[in-house]
Amino acid sequence: MDGIHDLGGMAGFGPVEVEPAEPVFHGEWERAVFRVNIAVIMAGLHNGGRFRHSIERMDPGHYLSSPYYEHWLTGIATLLVERAGVTLDELEQRAGGGFPLSRPDRGCARDDIAERTEPRFEAGSRVRVREWHSLGHTRAPRYVQGKRGVVVRHDGAFSVPDVEAHSDEKVEQPTYSVRFEARELWGDGAGDREVVHIDLWECYLEEDA
Amino acid sequence: MTTSARPHDDHDHVAHGHHPAPLAPIEARVAAIESVLADRGLLDRAAVDAVVAHFENDLGPLNGARVVARAWVDPDYKLRLLADGTAAIGELGFGGPEGDHMVVVENTAEVHNLVVCTLCSCYPWPTLGLPPTWYKSPAYRARAVREPRVLLAEMGTTVPPEVEIRVWDSSAEVRYLVLPERPRDTEGLSEDDLASRVTRDSMIGVERL
Repeated sequence: MDGIHDLGGMAGFGPVEVEPAEPVFHGEWERAVFRVNIAVIMAGLHNGGRFRHSIERMDPGHYLSSPYYEHWLTGIATLLVERAGVTLDELEQRAGGGFPLSRPDRGCARDDIAERTEPRFEAGSRVRVREWHSLGHTRAPRYVQGKRGVVVRHDGAFSVPDVEAHSDEKVEQPTYSVRFEARELWGDGAGDREVVHIDLWECYLEEDA
Repeated sequence: MTTSARPHDDHDHVAHGHHPAPLAPIEARVAAIESVLADRGLLDRAAVDAVVAHFENDLGPLNGARVVARAWVDPDYKLRLLADGTAAIGELGFGGPEGDHMVVVENTAEVHNLVVCTLCSCYPWPTLGLPPTWYKSPAYRARAVREPRVLLAEMGTTVPPEVEIRVWDSSAEVRYLVLPERPRDTEGLSEDDLASRVTRDSMIGVERL
């Protein structure tokens, strides 16, 4: 989805704030969220795609105004409500107050994503990223959709996140690292001698004839 | 293939922002999730704590620094590292989740590499540990692909205009490690001393040694 998490190229954020000698966790609650996530993974309650998408569906204002591990907590709580029979009332009762969750899953994967392990492209292939603007989960950021690039590397086949995030099925497709000139992405505003490589599943790509 | 599209429901109880109750503090929300998991028999505290301790104590940029130092002193190792990062990093005993598919990109006099995850927080855990907050921040994720040279200068790293900046957006399964250039004043240093010169930020690409 073209959600708040899809940040590549967005303007207006200002300087990157670096915390010197940052600890792994800021306080016990961050460690506790990490611990909860390990437990949920061990219980088999989420996979990578489902977890990422549970965070992407957060209210945009909540996403931008909350610390990183609150994203994890909100996503995990949402998945527990959606998939493990936990109710929001139970969570709010236990927490003693409001417990914001993510918005509903509106997604469905494109229905033309079929299992495929043999790569269609190779290093040097010219490709264009298909424009899809999925309402569900995808790992094709909006800043590369519709853009033209060149494959620099094939990395083997992996589970397509667009499918994995919305069903219990796994469909594998080849992935590639694709090189884009900054000018292709940002037009006349691009910096000189800057290029961006991004890793994309084959179903995101079409031949650039 | 099945998909699980759900109609959007404006009255869905999951949606954020429909609660008159004041927000529960983050610590109370974490405790609520922990108690839900514990009551359902999904929280094996000993097993989970062992995993968390592994992340806090065993993983971190010292591992990546050992990889870099080895590459600086052993040309054959460097060739293997650039050809198959996962296997060469595995030779030093590092691997596992978020490090199963490693690509190492080499800085040279002509090329500077920078790693980002614009969509979430993908990062090579076995070699660098868990990512710092700034790496996961909207500002870094938004700007690293749009204006990397300006961003790096703001963060204290001047990349000369003639040097190409290659940004790597880790959007699929590969995780990236930057191999920094060996500083000129390190002739004759031992591998251990060299490793102590390697910083986390230089292996992300926001610093030049």
